[in-house]
Amino acid sequence: MAKTKVDLSWQELEIGAVVTNAGNASEYRTGDWRSLRPVWDRDRCVKCGICYIFCPDAAINETEEGWFDADLYYCKGCGICANECPTQSIKMIEEEE
Amino acid sequence: MGNRIGLEVSLSAAEAVKMADVDCIAAYPITPQTHIVEHLSELVNDGQLDAEFIPVESEHSAMSVCAGVSAAGARVFTCTSSQGLALMNEIVHIVASMRLPIVTILANRSLSGPISIWNDHTDVMSIRDCGWIQVFVNNGQEVFDHVLFGFRVAESQNVMLPLMIHMDGFILTHVIEPVEMWEKEQVERYLPPFKPVHSLHPDKPVTMGGVGMPYIFSEAKVAQDEPLIQSKGEIISAWKELGDIVGRYYNPVETYKSDDAETLFITQGSYGETVSMVVDELRDEGKSVGLVMDRLWRPFPFDEFREAVKNANNLIVIDRAISYGGQGGPLAIELRAVLYKTKNQPNITNFICGLAGRDVTVDDFKRMYERSMEKIKTNPLEEDYEYYGVRGK
Repeated sequence: MAKTKVDLSWQELEIGAVVTNAGNASEYRTGDWRSLRPVWDRDRCVKCGICYIFCPDAAINETEEGWFDADLYYCKGCGICANECPTQSIKMIEEEE
Repeated sequence: MGNRIGLEVSLSAAEAVKMADVDCIAAYPITPQTHIVEHLSELVNDGQLDAEFIPVESEHSAMSVCAGVSAAGARVFTCTSSQGLALMNEIVHIVASMRLPIVTILANRSLSGPISIWNDHTDVMSIRDCGWIQVFVNNGQEVFDHVLFGFRVAESQNVMLPLMIHMDGFILTHVIEPVEMWEKEQVERYLPPFKPVHSLHPDKPVTMGGVGMPYIFSEAKVAQDEPLIQSKGEIISAWKELGDIVGRYYNPVETYKSDDAETLFITQGSYGETVSMVVDELRDEGKSVGLVMDRLWRPFPFDEFREAVKNANNLIVIDRAISYGGQGGPLAIELRAVLYKTKNQPNITNFICGLAGRDVTVDDFKRMYERSMEKIKTNPLEEDYEYYGVRGK
């Protein structure tokens, strides 16, 4: 199994700590930062997609049926989606330990 | 052998940068560095040097442009002084961690304030810990040689670090000295084309200067410090090869009549030449005196320095910068630490002198010698350091 970045010794770093795999930011689990999680009320949601557009981390995906969900691997819980939702159908719920 | 001509040292430095065939110069003018950059802009304008000359709006931008150019795989040069270095400080540290082999001349000038345009080493010591290879030069010929040496070492595959040449402002930058130019063929033999390990190219995207999270930051720092320590091998072999090509041999620590001397002056930069005259005169008076000049400042040449001073009873360390509230000048502080736990630790006296271009003459150094002999007789630990020639002290 390949070493994860956490296991790398100083000798294994590229010169200048250069990162050679492009697009590797997608491996970074920014969802770890989250203390609040967005939850959609599908009774109120009108599938307008404003949450999808406003999400600064592109962490909201559209389902096959046209609903929207947060990708919790990346969602930082900023709450912009809930703030922008015109039908107030997104609630920010406290993450529990 | 190249032509030996009389030339202002700044212009000869610019001619050396031309011979290094740089791809780009990004710089902002500041006294006493100005003539170097002015001459380079003329060389580019007149078509004598095929390079981009980027006249930036500040030193912060100058070093930022250097970072980008070097990251793209091109050879780049800049130079600055004092406040300019202070303004580019942020990027000075970053390019070392990014292992970008930028070569810079620092035309040494005091940091304000009071505002000063004149020479000392307070700017050097402000970036002592920036992670660059740092060398001092004593005269115009050494400046010329070390520009070519600088690119050769910085761009070595196992080094890849920026390199700074410390050159005393005015004392060197504004004087005319005989300088022997290199032949084009000698430069080609000595300095191969720059081959970056990583470079910015759309065909092979990489991230440079990324975030270092706590789990990797310390490893990244060791991966920066180790090659700086190890670069000494490449530095010494590059000096050896330079000597084989042009006949001038340089060392990490230069000595003058030091082998049998009871007392050694320790200097950095152009004061070494003055002190060599002091040594001659004191020897004529029957005094056992010699000189040790620190040329390589980072990585520090521990073994060479300890070897150079091992027979001496007394060291007179000449500092040209202040560590306010500290134990003396930065050089003396360092040398006391270097000699800690060595056998026969010498007495060390430390003088801070020549700040902001105040002249320090042969007679002044003789007085420092006499003062040192007095201090050593009474109590060597009486004072950690002394400001030389300051009224009221």
